[in-house]
Amino acid sequence: MDLLNDLLFDYTLRTVALGTALLGLASGALGAFAVLRRQSLLGDAVSHAALPGIVLAFMLTGSKELLVLVGGAFTAGWLGSVLVSQITARSRVPGDSALGIVLAVFFGVGLVFLTFVQGRPDAAQAGLDRFLFGQAATLVERDVVVIAALGGAALATLAAFWKEFKLLTFDPEFGASLGFPIHRLDLLLTSILVLAIVTGLQAVGVVLMAALVVAPAAAARQWTDSLGVMVFLSAGFGALAGVSGALASGGTEGLPTGPTIVLAATAIVMISLAFAPRRGLVWSAWRRRRQRGRIRLDTVLADLYALYGQHGSLQYGHPVPVLDAMSDGPGGAAEALEKLAEEGWARQLPDANWVITSEGLVRAEKVLARLGREQDE
Amino acid sequence: MNPDRRAAIQVDDLTVAYDEHPVLWDVDMEVPAGVLMAIVGPNGAGKSTLIKAILDLVEPAAGRILIHGRSYAESRGIVAYVPQRGSVDWDFPTSVLDVVMMGRYGDLGWFRRPGSRERKLAMEALDKVDMARFAKRQISQLSGGQQQRVFLARALVQDARVYLMDEPFQGVDATTERAIIRVLKELRSQGSTVVAVHHALQTVPEYFDHVMILNVRRIACGPVDEVFTEENLRVAYGGMVPFRAAAAGAADAAISDAPAGAP
Repeated sequence: MDLLNDLLFDYTLRTVALGTALLGLASGALGAFAVLRRQSLLGDAVSHAALPGIVLAFMLTGSKELLVLVGGAFTAGWLGSVLVSQITARSRVPGDSALGIVLAVFFGVGLVFLTFVQGRPDAAQAGLDRFLFGQAATLVERDVVVIAALGGAALATLAAFWKEFKLLTFDPEFGASLGFPIHRLDLLLTSILVLAIVTGLQAVGVVLMAALVVAPAAAARQWTDSLGVMVFLSAGFGALAGVSGALASGGTEGLPTGPTIVLAATAIVMISLAFAPRRGLVWSAWRRRRQRGRIRLDTVLADLYALYGQHGSLQYGHPVPVLDAMSDGPGGAAEALEKLAEEGWARQLPDANWVITSEGLVRAEKVLARLGREQDE
Repeated sequence: MNPDRRAAIQVDDLTVAYDEHPVLWDVDMEVPAGVLMAIVGPNGAGKSTLIKAILDLVEPAAGRILIHGRSYAESRGIVAYVPQRGSVDWDFPTSVLDVVMMGRYGDLGWFRRPGSRERKLAMEALDKVDMARFAKRQISQLSGGQQQRVFLARALVQDARVYLMDEPFQGVDATTERAIIRVLKELRSQGSTVVAVHHALQTVPEYFDHVMILNVRRIACGPVDEVFTEENLRVAYGGMVPFRAAAAGAADAAISDAPAGAP
């Protein structure tokens, strides 16, 4: 309960938690659209591409104000995203290669700038390297205000153009036929995605920021079939990952925030992949097993029904190996026969042979009628 | 009778090229108002491109297109579009009703959200294609034919006078095919015009009254009983097709089946 106590009363910790929650919220919500538009890797390219913008903004202004550095990051990240789409549209270079080229070139240039700045004798540059892996502990109240304002602007735009962005994501060509300027909407959505990404760079770092865009959205998709719910969940997961990652790193000296946030986000993804209803692995394995069991039961019942058809007697039993031979399935016929007996659809005669009951006849006819209908459809 | 005597769609000298490779070359097409027209032709003939050019989705290198005498930008409100079913991701998290309501987005304009009026119109359209009971269903749980009917319903709520459809019969079951053709004939009886890219040659005379036979260039365009001839089809399909217009039966099954699996 120390942590909760600190969170409520420790000023620094509260600032850090609030900041990371807000940036997780924005990148989670926008990330949902990035994932649905199959642009997950764009987040990675944009965040890496932002590095030279950050260093250049510092070199030009000498300021380390978050708003100044985020301005540089946004410009460079936005240029990177435009470059990716232009390379893809105007050359034969495929999209993934364009992303790779832009990511590597911008990030490389950013590292060169960073090394150059750090080599200078003045101490003002100290701390710029926190943008590589993120250091949420360096967030102060003013930074949180900047994050809230920029993230809020991104979310407000998303809300205002909700219907248009949904159309853009699901069926852009149909949207264009309705008269919506699809290219400009695309640019707008990409721009606010870039905005959401760059506000998180100080806390999460350029190297791992993409995870906070992709992971919450991927996890949220598991739990719902509604776009609105998915975006809300994704925003919530992003905030949760941000806060828990920041707190974990805050407790350990020198541990950057980026990796801990990514680990928290990954945990959410793992839980969602495993346990979400319908889409989750555990759920579908259970359903598959149940379905297989039901089909096996129906098959053995149908076999007993066929045997009854040949002999016309509810007293004439058949040994298990006969039923095993009639249809193949998991666990042999014996297991299914026991279950059929429990249901009252089959019974074992004193000589250990099996026969269908009159209730079983009714049930078998229903099953066969249903199979016939399904084949017709 | 449709009071508007001008052609529903008038295409003059249309040329479209991708990377200097012509997809449509100097194509003319007149679609009289109130007809059901099929666009047929082999794969790569430019059928979808022709539809997209009319919808202003691809930029022509040359040519002029008028819809009821006006440009597409001016007549957008009276045109509805049914894209190929495979052009979207059906695992998108949304419901059948939601997709159909997208057909109202154009009339709603910027920022306004669909409300009870849009929901009512969407339910009526779903009812016309026998999909009302699937309104709440997640779209990934639909069969191919059901997906196609959802797209058709989305075009119906656009309440248009000209309907452009890209392969509405592609890979659908018999129930869906009947539902679609019933809707098309209903649209025609209301005076609307329908142009559909079509693959199954043997059903052209049964479903459509006009046909455009296309292979990059216009081969023939007009009433089915005048231009849907073996000779024209042989020109379009390069003489490779053993099609007999008179006895359209088993012989052409080979052509109509072949493209069905292709996207």
